[in-house]
Amino acid sequence: MLKIKAQLLNLRYIDELAAGNSVIHQLNPCAKLLVTMIFLIVVTSFPKQVLAGLIPLFVFPVTIASLADLPLAPLLRRVALALPFVIFIGIFNPVLDHSTAFTIGEVAVSNGWVSFFSILIRAVLAISAALLLVATTGMEGICAALQAGKVPKVLVVQLLFMYRYLYILLEEAGRTVQAYNLRAFEDTRIGYKAAGSLIGQLLMRTLERAQRIYAAMRSRGFDGNIPFRRCLALQVKDIIFVLFWSAFFLLARMVNIPQWLGALVLEGYR
Amino acid sequence: MHMADALISPAVGGSLWAVTAGIAVYSAKKLGKAMDDTKVPLMGVLGAFVFAAQMINFTIPGTGSSGHLGGGLLLAVLLGPYAGFLTMASILIVQALFFADGGLLALGCSIFNMGFFSCFVAYPLYRRIVGENPTPGKLLAGTGLAAIAGLQLGAFGVVLETLFSGISELPFYTFVLLMQPIHLGIGIGEGVITAAVILFIWKERPELLTKELTGIEKGSRTFRNIIVKLAIATVLISSVVSWFASTNPDGLEWSIAKTTKQEELAVPEGIHSLLADWQKKLAVLPDYNFKGSKEAAAASDAEAGQAAEWPQVSSGTSIAGIIGSVLTLLLAGVIGKSLKIVITKRPQK
Repeated sequence: MLKIKAQLLNLRYIDELAAGNSVIHQLNPCAKLLVTMIFLIVVTSFPKQVLAGLIPLFVFPVTIASLADLPLAPLLRRVALALPFVIFIGIFNPVLDHSTAFTIGEVAVSNGWVSFFSILIRAVLAISAALLLVATTGMEGICAALQAGKVPKVLVVQLLFMYRYLYILLEEAGRTVQAYNLRAFEDTRIGYKAAGSLIGQLLMRTLERAQRIYAAMRSRGFDGNIPFRRCLALQVKDIIFVLFWSAFFLLARMVNIPQWLGALVLEGYR
Repeated sequence: MHMADALISPAVGGSLWAVTAGIAVYSAKKLGKAMDDTKVPLMGVLGAFVFAAQMINFTIPGTGSSGHLGGGLLLAVLLGPYAGFLTMASILIVQALFFADGGLLALGCSIFNMGFFSCFVAYPLYRRIVGENPTPGKLLAGTGLAAIAGLQLGAFGVVLETLFSGISELPFYTFVLLMQPIHLGIGIGEGVITAAVILFIWKERPELLTKELTGIEKGSRTFRNIIVKLAIATVLISSVVSWFASTNPDGLEWSIAKTTKQEELAVPEGIHSLLADWQKKLAVLPDYNFKGSKEAAAASDAEAGQAAEWPQVSSGTSIAGIIGSVLTLLLAGVIGKSLKIVITKRPQK
């Protein structure tokens, strides 16, 4: 029950963020999708022993979040929620790899720990980029971009429908579970014997609902196409956006900026 | 079985993107022939239903754990494998975007682990067990076994994807021994719940189980058979390859070390080494190997020159080469396309 409510709130919240009107929100969804994918390819392409080299990439999520005027704390909380699986797999690296990567004074840091933190940084970068994409573009924008990218129409239209009805069905599932809990006295966990009828009834209602929706849409002239409200013409700012970030990612990938900066600072110090 | 971006390499993410995109296009084509687009709302609403129903946990007696509905299998049973796969894909897209359940680059992996295996491997298994004349016993056995098989394959997919990416240090056997038993438990939970739902449908609306909602005849077995064979072959080949990869040093490195008695081929001085240096920096998949922890692999020119002489060259490096070329091509295409758009859009303004 709690989980369903949390999911609903999460959906509503991100939808609210996506309704903003900042510079980033106004960019072409295709451009944002493309930059996000390039970003992810660059992040994942780093060898696993790289820590410092990944850091400059934080510029991207940070810049986007501030330009889009998004609150950081709720986004970071969502990033943190997605980390446990990555930590669970990544924690085996320090256990299994004891070879020394470098020493700080007397303390030797193993390659395992380096790659573990590298995985953590990758996770934070990747998850925040995905969240920022949807929080500045919204589902409709992403679907429009997918359609422009020649993704099969069945998938795109279906995705939009699913997203629309997610709210209704999450609410309905929530109500069903609440009704069960109210009648279950002490043990509010649902036994497997109730699964068939509980989910089955929900399914029957869903199918009837789908039929009504279908009839209603047909009578209003639905022919399998959903016209998108957004204008998908690429503007100069979209192209600059894509080019600038691609160049930056490439630079960060090729040059270890933190290392270079560090060397520069040391040089100056001497 | 949602795959995280942090654990995969671009090569693994990219190739599974390509594979799932191929299956999605094929499924859409297959559907387009048999049903008109106006049935799409049904898929969407059922997708939302599965998304919501998966949130409801049920206690499974005797195991002390809980289970929820197995989404892909139920969708395939109700909609058929093609529509089921597309609906499952859209569920996973929403989960990746809004809930950070699985990464965007890893979306292909997640869709493969949960959509492909449940719709194109577990579902045919279900159909084979249930047959033409379903009975409650057959339905129970079919759903249970198919759910378990789907989850086992999905978990194995996670293992292989992680292993081929080489970001995690987990050795193959440890990881398999970790993942498969956990997912056996989860699979039993899913199987019990999904079977309960299927039996309820059988009691209330049996026609839903004998006629797919999209109106496709349940005949076309050819593609399914190919896919099943392909899946089995892939699993076999990749597990064999990965075993070699994890026990032996990189094939090419090994052969070079043996013949030239040195770890790496010397790169000539001057402009050539500068180019090699730049190439290394520019490569999206630098020294990509099945097991990425190896020291830098032999220079790429060595591979080009000597690959033909040694049949046991590292499959990891050559896969990286192939995927790298595809990515470069794609990138070139994107650049070309965007330049074209710029040029064609300019005069209109």
